[in-house]
This record gives sequence, C-alpha cells and structure tokens, in this order.
Amino acid sequence: MENLYREHILDHYRHPRNRGTLEDADLSCEQDNQVCGDVVRLDIRLADGRVSDARFSGRGCVISMASASMLTEEILGKTVEELKALQDEDVFSMLGITLGPVRAKCGLLPLRVLQSGLACLEKT
Amino acid sequence: MNTEKRIDPVAMRAEFPILAREVHGKTLAYLDNAASSQRPRAVIEALDEFYRAHYANIHRGVHTLSEEATAAYEEARDKVAAFINAPARCGVIFTRNTTEAINLVAYTWGRTHVGPGDRIVVTEMEHHSNLVPWQLLVREVGAELAYVSVTDEGCLDLESLDRLLQGPVKLVAFTHISNVLGTVNPAQAIIARAHAAGARVLVDAAQSVPHLPVDVEALNCDFLAFSGHKMCGPTGIGVLYGRPELLEEMPPFLSGGGMIKRVGRAEASWDGLPWKFEAGTPAIAQAVGLGAAVDYLSTVGLEPVWAHEQELVAYALERLAEMPGVHVIGSPTGRRSGVVAFTVESIHPHDLAQALDWEGIAIRAGFHCAQPLHERFGLQATARASFYLYNTREEVDRLVEGIQKAQGWLANGELREPGGELIP
Repeated sequence: MENLYREHILDHYRHPRNRGTLEDADLSCEQDNQVCGDVVRLDIRLADGRVSDARFSGRGCVISMASASMLTEEILGKTVEELKALQDEDVFSMLGITLGPVRAKCGLLPLRVLQSGLACLEKT
Repeated sequence: MNTEKRIDPVAMRAEFPILAREVHGKTLAYLDNAASSQRPRAVIEALDEFYRAHYANIHRGVHTLSEEATAAYEEARDKVAAFINAPARCGVIFTRNTTEAINLVAYTWGRTHVGPGDRIVVTEMEHHSNLVPWQLLVREVGAELAYVSVTDEGCLDLESLDRLLQGPVKLVAFTHISNVLGTVNPAQAIIARAHAAGARVLVDAAQSVPHLPVDVEALNCDFLAFSGHKMCGPTGIGVLYGRPELLEEMPPFLSGGGMIKRVGRAEASWDGLPWKFEAGTPAIAQAVGLGAAVDYLSTVGLEPVWAHEQELVAYALERLAEMPGVHVIGSPTGRRSGVVAFTVESIHPHDLAQALDWEGIAIRAGFHCAQPLHERFGLQATARASFYLYNTREEVDRLVEGIQKAQGWLANGELREPGGELIP
C-alpha cells in the first residue's frame, strides 16, 4: 500500500545517514517549512572545492527527514557548481516517488536549505 | 427549531454525493470539516440550476435574466441575514471569505479609527486571518497589538482581557470558536466587557456559524465574519456582518463598478449599503449557493447539528484518551465544539495524516493557520479531526484504528536516534 513511503525512504528515516552537526562548517543553513514547522539544518565542509563532509539535523516528517538524509549522501564529493545545479527533479528521482504539491514542500525543504546556504556563500 | 430532532448521520451522508466516493479503496471518512465542509446535493443542484436557467450579471441589465439573477442574489442576502438574525439586510456584505471580511474591516474601519498609540486586542488562539490584518494595521499606523492569553486548558484568560482593556483599546477581535482547541469562547461576556471599555468588537465566526445558532443581535457585536465553504456552501463566498451605522461611515474597501452612485471625471460617490462594499461583479452563483446552504442547514436545524457533533466529539475524546502516546491539545472547561487537535508520540502529524489517508480518512496536519497558539503550547505541529453533521461514530472508530495502525508502522523502537532520543 504505502508506496509513498517505500522501504528505502523508511530506511533513511529510521537510520538517518550523516545526522548531526559540524563544527567549523564552510556552509551552514537552517530553514523551516511554514506549513508544518519542520526544521532542517545542513552543515557542509568543503575541501579542494568539493564537499568533504555533510551533516543534517532538525525535525520533521518521514519525507523531509529521509530527503535530508539522502541529500547529505548525494552531495558528497560534489563541487559548489554541481551543488548549484541541483534541481527539484534531482530530489524527486533521489526519493524515487511522485509527491503531490503539499508533500513536495516536505521533500524539497532540504534542497531549499542547501540553496539558501549557497546563496549566502556567494555573498561572503 | 426543533430540539427533539436528532441527526441520522447515515441518512445525512446520502445527501452528500462526495461521501460515496472511495479513497485508496476505502470509503471516505471526511474529518477535515474545520478546514472546509462538503456540499449536499441541494447546494450543488442550486448552483447548477442557477447557471443553467437564471444566470446573468446583476444590478445592471433590465433583461429578464438579469432581473432573475439579481433577485436570487439579493434573496440569498435575506436568507443569510435571517440565519444570523441580522437586524437589517444592509448589514450583510458578501465577501470572498472570512479573511476578506476581516481585511475589509482592517482596511476601512481600522485605517480611519485606529491611530498612533491605540491598542487592538486579539487572543493567542486566533487563526492567522484574524491576526495578520491587525499586525499590518498596527505597524502602519503606529498602534499596538495585545494578546489575551490562553490558559493551559485552552480557554481565554478573561482577567488578562480585563487588564488589556484598561488602556486605549479601539478594537477587540476574537474567534468565537477556536479552530484548533474547539473552545467556545464566552462571546457575549467578552463583547460586553469590550463595549464597556469603549472598544468595538469583531467576531471571527468561521467556526461557529456553520455549527451552532449565532444571533448577532443577542451577541451585540459590531462586526462578524464567516465563510460559506465551511457551512455546506460554495467556495469564494463569505460574509461580513456589520452594524449599519458603522458601515455607513466607513470608506469603501475596493472600488470600481457596482459600488458607485455617480462617477465624474475626477471623483465618484458611493452606492448605499450593502453594495458600497461589493465592487465589481460579485460571486453571484456562489451567493445563491450559500443561500441554498442556509436553507439546508435551517431545515436540518443547527441545534441537532450541534448536539450530533457534541456526541461525536465526546466519543472521540473518550477513545483518544484510552490510547497510549496520544495527547489531545486543550481540555476547555466550558463548551467545546467538534474539533480535536492531538499529537501522537514519535509520529509527525504529516506522516499520521498520510497513513490515515491510506485508510480513506481525511484529517488535517500542521499549524492549522494558528502558529502563535502552537507556540503557546510548545508544539511544532498537530493533527486535527473535526466533525460535521454527516460524520458517524464508526468514523471515529476508524480514526482510532488508523492511528493504531500508524503507531505500529512508524512508532517503533527503531525510530530512536543513536543517543536514544526519540526523533520527534
């Protein structure tokens, strides 16, 4: 039945990868989803222009937490330019499910956090 | 109204076509009525009939259809006026919804009567629609927004109201019934105290007019706002009731066609009430549909509707209280409407709502447009079940079983963080 919460999504929710925070991160950003109050924070460390470590923290539903967990794996080793190129579709294919307009906000929250972190990085 | 009359929810369900549909292979259990209700056949057919046989623009044409449409639109106003016991039909303004009705007051009455240093009193249990318009107003004119506090039980602290009223209060704007806690506020007492302090009063009646008899004359409020879509009516139609003498001196909200008496090259004069506040082609068919909804609810009787919801909410509270890990928000000491907000330990409300959807059960999850109230109770988000005339005890049982299923599925030991802390 629950094809929205496929096993790999539940697996990321139950056993989150890279959960935590990073001291001396090169990029830190936090955002919440105004509809439900979910909060996601991302800490990213860069080495030689590539993501060498990424952690997420926060609280939220299965979709937002699994998406954050997957995103931290997805971005390891990527350059800042590659991070900037990440699209909503990349998140959907990472999750492997189709989300309705409401739940899409949950799934995309971690990417939005990353994007606003990248925008801050540009300003500094 | 006949108080002996009881609601037969099974017969009632048959009058709402949408309730016959299935969701994920299960019969729909629609428990999201505080967000929006469903419509009976009578309302759907009234809309259909109006569009098929009588539709034209109103107040302009002299042709037959325009005459018929105008008559139907204005008849709907009379029905609404009678439904809330408005002393005069000209005090019933059609708006898009409750939010627009409140904005109308904030932009016209507010910007002519509220100035620097003045105070507007709201409560911690307001829906955003009765908060944000006042936030914008006080910021613009340099006034102050003050909050009546909510007790741990989920009631208004009337002593804090009294304290706030000892100042330059221009308006008290409060919700008749909380859309989260279900608390029925002592509206008459609040209005009397506010008036004694020289303030005007706006009542957000979005959660009350659909569910229990509301009498604006008995309440003695200055403004009262509600929406059609929560009371079996169409979307896109709402009502602002205002005291005619206040509405009379208020400037227009929106301007353009339909609300003018005379237009010169440099200036215009306004039409009388209520049309002064209904600029442009209004939601004609939706108003007619709202009239049909009023007829429908009047025939069923709001007292039986209220009694039915009371039975359901009492049963739901009893069942939820037996469930480990389930916490109901608020336990108002006075009357409570058919609204129950709750949390389930270690299950995010979105996930709960999702799991219930797979069982064909529609509930709401999130802040329910009441973020300050959630913060007051230290809550991130909640789940909410809300009942109406077509809900049954069996649906409450299904809700309970659905929660149990979700608990089995999501709230197990594996959901702990490595440190042992539960992931909220």
